Amino acid sequence: MKLSQKRPRRDHTAFFMVLPLYVFTLIFVFFPLLYILGMSFLKKDVLWGVTNELTLDNYRMLFDPVYLKTFFDSLKLAFATTAITTLVGYPFGYFMGKLPPKRRGGLMLLVVVPFWTNALVRIYGWMIILRTKGVLNGLLLGLGVIDRPVKILYTYGAVLIGMVYSLLPFMILPVYSSVEKMDWSLVEASRDLGANAAEAFFTVTLKLTLPGVLSGFVLVFVPSIGLFFLSDLLGGGKIMLVGNLIKNQLLEARNWPFGAALSVVMMAMTLLIIGLYRKVTHSKDLEGFF
Amino acid sequence: MAMAGSGKHRLHLSSLFLALVILFMYLPVVMVVIYSFNNSKSDVVWAGFTLDWYAKLLHNTSLMDALLNSLILAVCSCAVSAVIGTVGAVGIVRCDLRTKGLLENASMLPIMIPEIILGMVFLAFFSLLGLPFGMVTLILAHTTFCIPYIFIVVKGRLSGIDRSIGEAARDLGASEARMFFDITLPLIMPAVASGTLLAFAMSLDDVVISFFVTGAQTNTLPIKIYSQIKLGVSPEINALCTLMLGGTFLLILVSRRIGAVKRTGKRRSAPRGEGDL
Repeated sequence: MKLSQKRPRRDHTAFFMVLPLYVFTLIFVFFPLLYILGMSFLKKDVLWGVTNELTLDNYRMLFDPVYLKTFFDSLKLAFATTAITTLVGYPFGYFMGKLPPKRRGGLMLLVVVPFWTNALVRIYGWMIILRTKGVLNGLLLGLGVIDRPVKILYTYGAVLIGMVYSLLPFMILPVYSSVEKMDWSLVEASRDLGANAAEAFFTVTLKLTLPGVLSGFVLVFVPSIGLFFLSDLLGGGKIMLVGNLIKNQLLEARNWPFGAALSVVMMAMTLLIIGLYRKVTHSKDLEGFF
Repeated sequence: MAMAGSGKHRLHLSSLFLALVILFMYLPVVMVVIYSFNNSKSDVVWAGFTLDWYAKLLHNTSLMDALLNSLILAVCSCAVSAVIGTVGAVGIVRCDLRTKGLLENASMLPIMIPEIILGMVFLAFFSLLGLPFGMVTLILAHTTFCIPYIFIVVKGRLSGIDRSIGEAARDLGASEARMFFDITLPLIMPAVASGTLLAFAMSLDDVVISFFVTGAQTNTLPIKIYSQIKLGVSPEINALCTLMLGGTFLLILVSRRIGAVKRTGKRRSAPRGEGDL
């Protein structure tokens, strides 16, 4: 065939086109990750940096109750965030997908705009609202619900609000994308066969939109472990995430190998979650994103 | 239909729900805008309309420097990643290297793994290389996470393109380069533009990675904002944030306009990707 004759030459050009990407990925993604992996097995130098001595101490340190607690708290917050964003984001994505196409576009724009705006700006908005002398307390005082300002900012609740708020679009968009693609005739068929609305929803709709929900889980859960600035700003540095721990180890405690070990564990967790997602949905890409 | 009555009722409730969530999403944004015009330093009470904070902002050279740094950073890293990402996507669709799948996965890593890991990895790696922390390290780091956004959007668009158009051009004697510039590039241009815009927004928005790779002398805008709001209230930040919001809205409007023109110009351009983000 003509096409197969041309293959070798085309491959040649294609190879040179991929080359920059190859080299860049190798130097700035592959090597650094490998370096961190290696570093996590090295002994910390007295001041900072590493020695050449091999050790498993950095991983052993992870089982120190203090750090275990941080891991546990961070995971708890991540689960809570994922649960709430699902409870709010699923119906949102679902209803949005059922709107007439014209209104859908407008709503999509409304959801996406905050996504494009600076995360810090939005967090700052929450700080204005939640501060002890802030808008929410002012409102509650004015309404007579409370008679003394309540401390909301710099609490666990504030961090949770910020997390849910920041990550909600990452649940809405994939759910919406799978609802939009859904074949509604299947739901109708199940209704015709005698299923009631709830049965139809749980046996058909939920199953068909599951890739969207799972993709949302990944997109919410993974970043929620690392958003250290969020817990810094809304939690006042009292709520420690794994992200804060890594940051502290690097910039304050100057224990790079331990920071590296933390990163390796977090990275392994992330890859595990993405791997599970791919296995369950048999799809390579995250639904609704790319 | 049998459920028409209840369906209508449900639509009402669902609209209310959608409206409430949208309100939740916009509440903090609206607050920032309102308080940027408030004539008082302690935010709660409304003390009249003022533009003072905007005037003060203009004279705040450290904030303006940070803004300039952020723009330089975003433009440089987007320019480099647009080239690497686009050319790479075109190449990877056409080649059948054995390591293709691996490369694709590896090049997506920077936006798959939590930002903080990327930040820490860069911090360690750049100090290993002995690079001075500042604009150079920032550009390298930002380019790394900008490439995947452009790569993925362009690749998505390429899969929707009829390959026989290119084959036809080749059969008619066009060179590789000519085929790329005359056929492929015009077809994928909307995707390149929207991918780059996305990367641009991500670069301007990034706190976590910049936090690790910036030097003591170089502040990007998000880092500056971060350190300021950590210290406490500063209405100038409100004003700055309002301006940034305005800029973002403008950018989105313009990109929508371009998208709309493209979409009506060609019957159906990208079915996904552009609309999603």
